[in-house]
Amino acid sequence: MGKDEAMIELIDVSKSFTLHNQGSAVIPVMQGASLKVEPGECVALTGASGTGKSTLMRVIYGNYLAASGQVLVGGLDVAKAEPRQILSLRRDTLGYVSQFLRVVPRVPTLEVVAEPLLAVGADKQIALDKAAGLLKRVNIPERLWTLSPTTFSGGEQQRVNIARGFAHEYPAMLLDEPTASLDAQNRETVLSLIEDAKHRGAAIVGIFHDIEARKRVCDREVNVSDFTPGLAA
Amino acid sequence: MTPLLQVKGIEKRYGARIGCTDVNFDLYPGEVMGIVGESGSGKSTLLNCLAGHLEPDAGQVIFDTRVDGPVDTVTMSEPERRMLGRTDWAFVHQHARDGLRMSVSAGGNIGERLMAVGDRHYGDIRDKAIDWLGRVEIEAARVDDRPSAFSGGMQQRLQIARNLVTGPRLVFMDEPTGGLDVSVQARLLDLLRGLVREMGLSAIIVTHDLAVVRLLADRLMVMKSGHVVEAGLTDQVLDDPQHAYTQLLVSSVLQV
Repeated sequence: MGKDEAMIELIDVSKSFTLHNQGSAVIPVMQGASLKVEPGECVALTGASGTGKSTLMRVIYGNYLAASGQVLVGGLDVAKAEPRQILSLRRDTLGYVSQFLRVVPRVPTLEVVAEPLLAVGADKQIALDKAAGLLKRVNIPERLWTLSPTTFSGGEQQRVNIARGFAHEYPAMLLDEPTASLDAQNRETVLSLIEDAKHRGAAIVGIFHDIEARKRVCDREVNVSDFTPGLAA
Repeated sequence: MTPLLQVKGIEKRYGARIGCTDVNFDLYPGEVMGIVGESGSGKSTLLNCLAGHLEPDAGQVIFDTRVDGPVDTVTMSEPERRMLGRTDWAFVHQHARDGLRMSVSAGGNIGERLMAVGDRHYGDIRDKAIDWLGRVEIEAARVDDRPSAFSGGMQQRLQIARNLVTGPRLVFMDEPTGGLDVSVQARLLDLLRGLVREMGLSAIIVTHDLAVVRLLADRLMVMKSGHVVEAGLTDQVLDDPQHAYTQLLVSSVLQV
Protein backbone atom coordinates (compact mmCIF):
# COMPACT_ATOMS: atom_id res chain seq x y z
CA MET A 1 0.00 0.00 0.00
CA GLY A 2 1.42 3.38 -1.02
CA LYS A 3 2.02 6.18 1.43
CA ASP A 4 -0.85 8.35 0.25
CA GLU A 5 -3.32 5.53 -0.12
CA ALA A 6 -6.00 5.67 2.55
CA MET A 7 -6.01 2.92 5.17
CA ILE A 8 -9.51 3.81 6.31
CA GLU A 9 -11.93 5.40 3.86
CA LEU A 10 -15.64 6.06 4.19
CA ILE A 11 -17.57 7.05 1.09
CA ASP A 12 -21.07 8.50 1.46
CA VAL A 13 -22.06 6.28 4.37
CA SER A 14 -25.48 6.41 5.96
CA LYS A 15 -26.91 4.66 8.99
CA SER A 16 -30.40 4.42 10.43
CA PHE A 17 -32.05 2.38 13.13
CA THR A 18 -35.44 0.74 12.62
CA LEU A 19 -37.16 0.06 15.94
CA HIS A 20 -39.56 -2.72 15.04
CA ASN A 21 -40.97 -3.01 18.53
CA GLN A 22 -41.63 0.69 18.92
CA GLY A 23 -44.04 1.35 16.09
CA SER A 24 -41.36 0.55 13.48
CA ALA A 25 -39.91 4.01 13.94
CA VAL A 26 -37.03 4.66 11.55
CA ILE A 27 -34.38 6.91 13.04
CA PRO A 28 -31.80 8.20 10.61
CA VAL A 29 -28.59 8.88 12.53
CA MET A 30 -26.00 9.46 9.84
CA GLN A 31 -25.91 10.43 6.21
CA GLY A 32 -23.31 11.39 3.66
CA ALA A 33 -20.43 10.46 5.95
CA SER A 34 -17.10 10.56 4.12
CA LEU A 35 -13.69 10.28 5.68
CA LYS A 36 -10.16 9.37 4.66
CA VAL A 37 -7.34 8.38 6.99
CA GLU A 38 -3.85 7.66 5.69
CA PRO A 39 -1.16 5.56 7.34
CA GLY A 40 0.56 7.48 10.15
CA GLU A 41 -2.36 9.86 10.50
CA CYS A 42 -4.65 10.39 13.48
CA VAL A 43 -8.10 11.88 12.89
CA ALA A 44 -10.29 13.06 15.75
CA LEU A 45 -14.05 12.78 15.59
CA THR A 46 -15.69 15.78 17.21
CA GLY A 47 -19.23 16.94 17.77
CA ALA A 48 -21.64 17.23 20.66
CA SER A 49 -22.85 14.19 22.53
CA GLY A 50 -25.42 12.27 20.48
CA THR A 51 -24.22 13.43 17.08
CA GLY A 52 -22.89 9.98 16.22
CA LYS A 53 -19.18 9.77 17.02
CA SER A 54 -19.45 6.30 18.53
CA THR A 55 -21.89 5.26 15.83
CA LEU A 56 -19.35 6.18 13.17
CA MET A 57 -16.63 4.17 14.97
CA ARG A 58 -18.90 1.15 15.22
CA VAL A 59 -19.79 1.39 11.54
CA ILE A 60 -16.05 1.24 10.79
CA TYR A 61 -15.53 -1.68 13.19
CA GLY A 62 -18.51 -3.50 11.68
CA ASN A 63 -20.67 -4.02 14.73
CA TYR A 64 -23.09 -1.49 13.26
CA LEU A 65 -24.39 -2.26 9.81
CA ALA A 66 -24.12 0.68 7.40
CA ALA A 67 -27.35 1.28 5.46
CA SER A 68 -25.53 2.52 2.37
CA GLY A 69 -22.13 3.65 1.16
CA GLN A 70 -18.69 2.08 1.38
CA VAL A 71 -16.59 1.51 4.50
CA LEU A 72 -13.13 0.56 3.31
CA VAL A 73 -10.53 -0.64 5.78
CA GLY A 74 -7.31 -1.96 4.29
CA GLY A 75 -9.20 -2.43 1.02
CA LEU A 76 -12.07 -4.47 2.50
CA ASP A 77 -15.58 -3.02 2.35
CA VAL A 78 -16.80 -3.68 5.89
CA ALA A 79 -20.34 -2.68 4.90
CA LYS A 80 -20.61 -5.68 2.57
CA ALA A 81 -18.02 -8.17 3.81
CA GLU A 82 -18.73 -11.68 5.08
CA PRO A 83 -18.46 -12.24 8.86
CA ARG A 84 -15.27 -14.25 8.45
CA GLN A 85 -13.64 -11.50 6.38
CA ILE A 86 -14.44 -8.97 9.11
CA LEU A 87 -13.12 -11.36 11.75
CA SER A 88 -9.80 -11.72 9.97
CA LEU A 89 -9.67 -7.94 9.40
CA ARG A 90 -10.13 -7.42 13.15
CA ARG A 91 -7.52 -10.02 13.96
CA ASP A 92 -4.81 -8.69 11.66
CA THR A 93 -5.56 -5.14 10.63
CA LEU A 94 -8.14 -3.25 12.66
CA GLY A 95 -7.82 -2.73 16.42
CA TYR A 96 -10.42 -1.15 18.67
CA VAL A 97 -9.89 0.25 22.14
CA SER A 98 -13.38 0.70 23.55
CA GLN A 99 -14.24 2.29 26.86
CA PHE A 100 -15.25 -1.00 28.36
CA LEU A 101 -13.28 -4.14 28.97
CA ARG A 102 -15.16 -7.26 27.97
CA VAL A 103 -13.38 -10.49 28.85
CA VAL A 104 -14.03 -14.08 29.79
CA PRO A 105 -14.16 -14.20 33.59
CA ARG A 106 -11.24 -15.92 35.33
CA VAL A 107 -8.63 -15.30 32.60
CA PRO A 108 -5.48 -13.69 34.09
CA THR A 109 -4.73 -10.10 33.06
CA LEU A 110 -1.44 -11.07 31.44
CA GLU A 111 -3.23 -13.49 29.10
CA VAL A 112 -6.01 -11.00 28.38
CA VAL A 113 -3.38 -8.57 27.10
CA ALA A 114 -1.41 -11.25 25.20
CA GLU A 115 -4.53 -12.61 23.48
CA PRO A 116 -4.46 -10.41 20.34
CA LEU A 117 -0.87 -11.52 19.74
CA LEU A 118 -1.70 -15.20 20.23
CA ALA A 119 -4.59 -14.73 17.80
CA VAL A 120 -2.20 -13.67 15.02
CA GLY A 121 -0.02 -16.69 15.78
CA ALA A 122 2.77 -15.13 17.84
CA ASP A 123 4.94 -17.41 19.96
CA LYS A 124 3.41 -17.75 23.43
CA GLN A 125 6.48 -16.57 25.34
CA ILE A 126 7.06 -13.60 23.05
CA ALA A 127 3.39 -12.64 23.42
CA LEU A 128 3.50 -12.88 27.22
CA ASP A 129 6.73 -10.87 27.37
CA LYS A 130 5.28 -8.12 25.24
CA ALA A 131 2.09 -8.14 27.34
CA ALA A 132 4.20 -7.81 30.49
CA GLY A 133 6.06 -4.86 29.00
CA LEU A 134 2.81 -3.10 28.13
CA LEU A 135 1.27 -3.73 31.54
CA LYS A 136 4.38 -2.23 33.11
CA ARG A 137 4.12 0.75 30.81
CA VAL A 138 0.49 1.45 31.82
CA ASN A 139 1.43 1.00 35.50
CA ILE A 140 -0.53 -2.11 36.41
CA PRO A 141 1.32 -3.57 39.44
CA GLU A 142 2.87 -6.95 38.73
CA ARG A 143 1.07 -8.60 41.63
CA LEU A 144 -2.23 -8.11 39.72
CA TRP A 145 -1.11 -9.75 36.46
CA THR A 146 -2.18 -13.24 37.44
CA LEU A 147 -5.65 -12.05 38.49
CA SER A 148 -8.66 -11.56 36.24
CA PRO A 149 -9.21 -7.87 35.41
CA THR A 150 -12.96 -8.23 36.09
CA THR A 151 -12.35 -7.28 39.73
CA PHE A 152 -10.09 -4.28 38.97
CA SER A 153 -11.03 -0.64 39.45
CA GLY A 154 -12.45 1.29 36.48
CA GLY A 155 -9.16 3.05 35.77
CA GLU A 156 -7.17 -0.18 35.96
CA GLN A 157 -9.61 -1.94 33.63
CA GLN A 158 -9.28 0.89 31.16
CA ARG A 159 -5.48 0.64 31.22
CA VAL A 160 -5.64 -3.14 30.75
CA ASN A 161 -7.92 -2.47 27.80
CA ILE A 162 -5.39 -0.05 26.34
CA ALA A 163 -2.47 -2.46 26.85
CA ARG A 164 -4.50 -5.14 25.10
CA GLY A 165 -5.42 -2.78 22.26
CA PHE A 166 -1.78 -1.91 21.60
CA ALA A 167 -0.35 -5.45 22.00
CA HIS A 168 -0.60 -6.27 18.30
CA GLU A 169 0.63 -3.57 15.92
CA TYR A 170 -2.55 -3.01 13.97
CA PRO A 171 -2.19 -0.88 10.83
CA ALA A 172 -5.58 0.70 11.60
CA MET A 173 -6.93 1.62 15.03
CA LEU A 174 -10.09 3.01 16.56
CA LEU A 175 -9.75 4.68 19.95
CA ASP A 176 -12.85 5.55 21.97
CA GLU A 177 -11.78 8.10 24.61
CA PRO A 178 -8.51 6.40 25.44
CA THR A 179 -7.46 9.03 28.00
CA ALA A 180 -10.77 9.47 29.81
CA SER A 181 -10.52 9.12 33.59
CA LEU A 182 -6.73 8.63 33.63
CA ASP A 183 -4.36 10.52 35.90
CA ALA A 184 -1.65 12.74 34.39
CA GLN A 185 1.06 10.08 34.34
CA ASN A 186 -1.09 7.37 32.77
CA ARG A 187 -2.52 9.86 30.30
CA GLU A 188 1.04 10.67 29.24
CA THR A 189 1.79 6.96 28.77
CA VAL A 190 -1.28 6.45 26.61
CA LEU A 191 -0.49 9.49 24.47
CA SER A 192 3.02 8.17 23.90
CA LEU A 193 1.59 4.79 22.89
CA ILE A 194 -0.58 6.58 20.34
CA GLU A 195 2.42 8.56 19.06
CA ASP A 196 4.44 5.35 18.72
CA ALA A 197 1.61 3.77 16.76
CA LYS A 198 1.50 6.77 14.42
CA HIS A 199 5.27 6.59 13.89
CA ARG A 200 5.09 2.97 12.81
CA GLY A 201 2.39 3.99 10.31
CA ALA A 202 -0.92 3.19 11.97
CA ALA A 203 -3.99 5.03 10.69
CA ILE A 204 -6.02 6.10 13.72
CA VAL A 205 -9.56 7.37 14.23
CA GLY A 206 -10.28 8.54 17.75
CA ILE A 207 -12.75 10.25 20.03
CA PHE A 208 -10.98 12.53 22.51
CA HIS A 209 -12.92 14.73 24.90
CA ASP A 210 -9.57 15.76 26.34
CA ILE A 211 -8.81 18.81 24.14
CA GLU A 212 -5.10 18.96 25.03
CA ALA A 213 -4.67 15.30 24.13
CA ARG A 214 -6.53 15.82 20.89
CA LYS A 215 -4.30 18.76 19.93
CA ARG A 216 -1.19 16.77 20.68
CA VAL A 217 -1.82 13.52 18.80
CA CYS A 218 -4.42 14.36 16.16
CA ASP A 219 -3.55 15.75 12.76
CA ARG A 220 -7.09 16.66 11.77
CA GLU A 221 -10.60 16.93 13.16
CA VAL A 222 -13.79 15.76 11.54
CA ASN A 223 -17.00 17.15 12.97
CA VAL A 224 -19.57 14.36 12.80
CA SER A 225 -22.50 16.75 13.19
CA ASP A 226 -21.91 17.46 9.49
CA PHE A 227 -23.20 13.93 8.93
CA THR A 228 -26.13 14.13 11.36
CA PRO A 229 -29.43 14.27 9.46
CA GLY A 230 -31.41 17.33 10.40
CA LEU A 231 -28.40 19.04 11.95
CA ALA A 232 -26.26 19.72 8.89
CA ALA A 233 -27.41 23.00 7.46
CA MET B 1 -10.47 -22.19 1.73
CA THR B 2 -13.06 -24.98 1.69
CA PRO B 3 -15.81 -24.68 4.30
CA LEU B 4 -15.64 -27.42 6.92
CA LEU B 5 -19.41 -27.70 6.86
CA GLN B 6 -21.88 -26.58 4.21
CA VAL B 7 -25.52 -26.64 5.21
CA LYS B 8 -27.99 -26.36 2.36
CA GLY B 9 -31.76 -26.10 2.62
CA ILE B 10 -32.18 -28.16 5.78
CA GLU B 11 -35.78 -28.84 6.72
CA LYS B 12 -37.33 -31.02 9.40
CA ARG B 13 -41.06 -31.34 9.95
CA TYR B 14 -42.97 -33.03 12.73
CA GLY B 15 -46.11 -33.88 10.79
CA ALA B 16 -47.59 -30.59 9.72
CA ARG B 17 -45.49 -28.61 12.18
CA ILE B 18 -42.20 -27.11 11.16
CA GLY B 19 -39.16 -28.12 13.21
CA CYS B 20 -36.80 -26.02 11.17
CA THR B 21 -36.83 -25.01 7.54
CA ASP B 22 -34.67 -23.47 4.84
CA VAL B 23 -31.47 -23.32 6.89
CA ASN B 24 -28.35 -22.48 4.90
CA PHE B 25 -24.84 -21.58 6.06
CA ASP B 26 -21.16 -22.37 5.63
CA LEU B 27 -18.87 -22.93 8.59
CA TYR B 28 -15.13 -22.49 8.08
CA PRO B 29 -12.31 -24.18 10.01
CA GLY B 30 -11.73 -22.49 13.37
CA GLU B 31 -15.08 -20.70 13.38
CA VAL B 32 -17.48 -20.83 16.28
CA MET B 33 -21.12 -20.23 15.44
CA GLY B 34 -23.86 -19.63 17.97
CA ILE B 35 -27.52 -20.45 17.39
CA VAL B 36 -29.92 -18.54 19.63
CA GLY B 37 -33.69 -18.38 19.94
CA GLU B 38 -36.40 -19.07 22.49
CA SER B 39 -37.45 -22.60 23.45
CA GLY B 40 -39.33 -24.22 20.60
CA SER B 41 -37.63 -22.07 17.94
CA GLY B 42 -36.11 -25.16 16.33
CA LYS B 43 -32.50 -24.68 17.35
CA SER B 44 -32.08 -28.09 18.96
CA THR B 45 -33.91 -29.76 16.08
CA LEU B 46 -31.49 -28.08 13.70
CA LEU B 47 -28.47 -29.11 15.76
CA ASN B 48 -29.65 -32.71 15.85
CA CYS B 49 -30.21 -32.71 12.08
CA LEU B 50 -26.70 -31.36 11.53
CA ALA B 51 -25.11 -33.89 13.88
CA GLY B 52 -26.92 -36.83 12.28
CA HIS B 53 -29.13 -37.58 15.31
CA LEU B 54 -32.25 -36.71 13.36
CA GLU B 55 -32.86 -37.31 9.70
CA PRO B 56 -33.82 -34.07 7.94
CA ASP B 57 -36.73 -34.18 5.48
CA ALA B 58 -34.80 -32.11 2.97
CA GLY B 59 -31.41 -30.58 2.46
CA GLN B 60 -27.72 -31.42 2.63
CA VAL B 61 -25.11 -31.32 5.38
CA ILE B 62 -21.81 -31.46 3.54
CA PHE B 63 -18.75 -32.13 5.70
CA ASP B 64 -15.19 -31.81 4.45
CA THR B 65 -13.86 -35.24 5.45
CA ARG B 66 -10.12 -35.86 5.85
CA VAL B 67 -10.00 -38.65 3.30
CA ASP B 68 -12.70 -38.07 0.70
CA GLY B 69 -13.18 -34.28 0.88
CA PRO B 70 -16.71 -32.82 0.99
CA VAL B 71 -19.37 -35.52 1.49
CA ASP B 72 -23.09 -35.18 2.18
CA THR B 73 -23.54 -36.73 5.62
CA VAL B 74 -27.31 -37.00 5.24
CA THR B 75 -27.02 -39.57 2.48
CA MET B 76 -23.91 -41.40 3.73
CA SER B 77 -24.32 -44.87 5.23
CA GLU B 78 -25.10 -45.26 8.92
CA PRO B 79 -21.73 -46.90 9.77
CA GLU B 80 -19.88 -44.05 8.02
CA ARG B 81 -21.88 -41.46 9.92
CA ARG B 82 -21.25 -43.26 13.22
CA MET B 83 -17.54 -43.36 12.47
CA LEU B 84 -17.63 -39.60 11.85
CA GLY B 85 -19.45 -39.22 15.18
CA ARG B 86 -16.56 -40.96 16.94
CA THR B 87 -13.70 -39.25 15.14
CA ASP B 88 -14.10 -35.83 13.54
CA TRP B 89 -17.34 -34.90 15.25
CA ALA B 90 -18.19 -34.47 18.88
CA PHE B 91 -21.49 -33.73 20.57
CA VAL B 92 -21.77 -32.11 23.98
CA HIS B 93 -25.23 -32.62 25.44
CA GLN B 94 -26.96 -30.15 27.74
CA HIS B 95 -27.34 -32.84 30.38
CA ALA B 96 -24.01 -34.51 30.98
CA ARG B 97 -25.72 -37.79 31.82
CA ASP B 98 -26.94 -38.02 28.20
CA GLY B 99 -23.37 -37.91 26.99
CA LEU B 100 -21.67 -40.03 29.66
CA ARG B 101 -21.86 -43.61 30.82
CA MET B 102 -22.82 -43.08 34.40
CA SER B 103 -21.84 -46.55 35.58
CA VAL B 104 -18.34 -46.46 34.09
CA SER B 105 -15.37 -44.69 35.72
CA ALA B 106 -14.31 -41.21 34.57
CA GLY B 107 -11.20 -42.71 32.98
CA GLY B 108 -13.34 -45.36 31.28
CA ASN B 109 -15.60 -42.68 29.84
CA ILE B 110 -12.66 -40.98 28.20
CA GLY B 111 -10.97 -44.25 27.25
CA GLU B 112 -14.06 -45.63 25.55
CA ARG B 113 -13.88 -43.06 22.81
CA LEU B 114 -10.19 -43.78 22.30
CA MET B 115 -10.85 -47.50 22.02
CA ALA B 116 -13.59 -46.79 19.50
CA VAL B 117 -10.97 -45.33 17.18
CA GLY B 118 -8.59 -48.23 17.69
CA ASP B 119 -6.44 -47.46 20.74
CA ARG B 120 -5.67 -50.73 22.55
CA HIS B 121 -2.75 -50.10 24.92
CA TYR B 122 -4.21 -49.84 28.43
CA GLY B 123 -1.36 -47.74 29.83
CA ASP B 124 -1.54 -45.23 26.97
CA ILE B 125 -5.30 -44.92 27.24
CA ARG B 126 -5.08 -44.34 30.99
CA ASP B 127 -2.33 -41.74 30.54
CA LYS B 128 -4.37 -39.87 27.94
CA ALA B 129 -7.44 -40.04 30.17
CA ILE B 130 -5.50 -38.56 33.09
CA ASP B 131 -4.02 -35.87 30.84
CA TRP B 132 -7.52 -34.88 29.72
CA LEU B 133 -8.90 -34.87 33.23
CA GLY B 134 -6.16 -32.35 34.01
CA ARG B 135 -7.05 -30.21 31.01
CA VAL B 136 -10.66 -29.97 32.15
CA GLU B 137 -9.48 -29.35 35.71
CA ILE B 138 -10.52 -32.61 37.33
CA GLU B 139 -7.99 -34.10 39.76
CA ALA B 140 -6.16 -37.17 38.47
CA ALA B 141 -7.10 -38.95 41.71
CA ARG B 142 -10.73 -39.01 40.53
CA VAL B 143 -9.94 -41.11 37.43
CA ASP B 144 -11.47 -44.27 38.89
CA ASP B 145 -14.57 -42.58 40.32
CA ARG B 146 -17.88 -42.87 38.54
CA PRO B 147 -19.42 -39.68 37.13
CA SER B 148 -22.41 -40.23 39.41
CA ALA B 149 -20.08 -39.18 42.25
CA PHE B 150 -19.25 -35.89 40.43
CA SER B 151 -20.94 -32.51 40.73
CA GLY B 152 -22.93 -31.20 37.74
CA GLY B 153 -20.11 -28.91 36.63
CA MET B 154 -17.55 -31.72 36.85
CA GLN B 155 -19.81 -34.05 34.88
CA GLN B 156 -20.07 -31.41 32.18
CA ARG B 157 -16.28 -31.02 32.07
CA LEU B 158 -15.88 -34.80 31.93
CA GLN B 159 -18.29 -34.93 29.02
CA ILE B 160 -16.20 -32.33 27.22
CA ALA B 161 -13.00 -34.31 27.90
CA ARG B 162 -14.63 -37.49 26.59
CA ASN B 163 -15.66 -35.68 23.44
CA LEU B 164 -12.43 -33.88 22.68
CA VAL B 165 -9.92 -36.66 23.47
CA THR B 166 -10.00 -37.96 19.90
CA GLY B 167 -9.17 -34.53 18.46
CA PRO B 168 -12.42 -33.83 16.60
CA ARG B 169 -12.60 -31.00 14.09
CA LEU B 170 -16.24 -30.06 14.68
CA VAL B 171 -18.05 -29.92 18.00
CA PHE B 172 -21.80 -29.60 18.37
CA MET B 173 -22.89 -28.21 21.73
CA ASP B 174 -26.44 -28.07 23.04
CA GLU B 175 -26.71 -25.54 25.88
CA PRO B 176 -23.31 -26.56 27.28
CA THR B 177 -23.56 -24.14 30.21
CA GLY B 178 -27.30 -24.52 30.85
CA GLY B 179 -28.24 -25.56 34.36
CA LEU B 180 -24.81 -24.75 35.82
CA ASP B 181 -24.29 -22.02 38.36
CA VAL B 182 -22.59 -18.89 37.08
CA SER B 183 -19.15 -19.46 38.62
CA VAL B 184 -19.01 -22.92 37.04
CA GLN B 185 -20.28 -21.45 33.75
CA ALA B 186 -17.45 -18.91 33.68
CA ARG B 187 -14.90 -21.64 34.26
CA LEU B 188 -16.40 -23.78 31.52
CA LEU B 189 -16.46 -20.86 29.07
CA ASP B 190 -12.82 -20.11 29.74
CA LEU B 191 -12.00 -23.78 29.24
CA LEU B 192 -13.95 -24.05 25.99
CA ARG B 193 -12.39 -20.91 24.57
CA GLY B 194 -8.90 -22.16 25.35
CA LEU B 195 -9.59 -25.54 23.76
CA VAL B 196 -11.14 -23.97 20.66
CA ARG B 197 -8.01 -21.84 20.16
CA GLU B 198 -5.44 -24.56 20.98
CA MET B 199 -7.04 -27.29 18.89
CA GLY B 200 -8.31 -25.06 16.06
CA LEU B 201 -11.79 -26.45 16.58
CA SER B 202 -14.90 -25.37 14.79
CA ALA B 203 -18.03 -25.41 16.89
CA ILE B 204 -21.77 -24.89 16.66
CA ILE B 205 -23.26 -23.86 19.97
CA VAL B 206 -26.98 -23.81 20.68
CA THR B 207 -27.89 -21.65 23.63
CA HIS B 208 -30.39 -19.10 24.81
CA ASP B 209 -27.77 -17.22 26.78
CA LEU B 210 -26.68 -14.14 24.83
CA ALA B 211 -23.74 -13.47 27.16
CA VAL B 212 -22.37 -16.93 26.37
CA VAL B 213 -22.52 -16.38 22.62
CA ARG B 214 -20.93 -12.95 22.90
CA LEU B 215 -17.91 -14.48 24.57
CA LEU B 216 -17.67 -17.71 22.61
CA ALA B 217 -19.16 -17.28 19.15
CA ASP B 218 -17.71 -15.47 16.14
CA ARG B 219 -20.98 -15.65 14.30
CA LEU B 220 -24.58 -15.84 15.31
CA MET B 221 -27.78 -17.22 13.84
CA VAL B 222 -31.13 -16.22 15.34
CA MET B 223 -34.05 -18.62 14.99
CA LYS B 224 -37.75 -18.14 15.48
CA SER B 225 -40.52 -20.64 14.71
CA GLY B 226 -38.15 -22.86 12.76
CA HIS B 227 -36.83 -20.08 10.54
CA VAL B 228 -33.51 -18.30 10.60
CA VAL B 229 -34.54 -14.66 10.98
CA GLU B 230 -31.10 -13.11 11.20
CA ALA B 231 -27.47 -14.14 10.87
CA GLY B 232 -24.16 -12.36 10.98
CA LEU B 233 -21.18 -11.34 13.04
CA THR B 234 -21.99 -11.89 16.73
CA ASP B 235 -21.39 -8.34 17.94
CA GLN B 236 -23.18 -6.88 14.92
CA VAL B 237 -26.29 -8.99 15.53
CA LEU B 238 -26.28 -8.16 19.26
CA ASP B 239 -25.34 -4.46 18.98
CA ASP B 240 -27.34 -3.60 15.88
CA PRO B 241 -30.10 -6.21 15.51
CA GLN B 242 -32.08 -5.79 12.31
CA HIS B 243 -35.02 -8.14 12.78
CA ALA B 244 -37.93 -7.39 15.10
CA TYR B 245 -37.50 -10.64 16.97
CA THR B 246 -33.75 -10.15 17.52
CA GLN B 247 -34.42 -6.63 18.78
CA LEU B 248 -36.92 -8.03 21.25
CA LEU B 249 -34.50 -10.76 22.32
CA VAL B 250 -31.60 -8.37 22.87
CA SER B 251 -33.69 -5.77 24.66
CA SER B 252 -35.17 -8.41 26.96
CA VAL B 253 -31.85 -9.33 28.57
CA LEU B 254 -31.62 -8.27 32.17
CA GLN B 255 -28.65 -6.07 32.97
CA VAL B 256 -26.47 -7.23 35.80
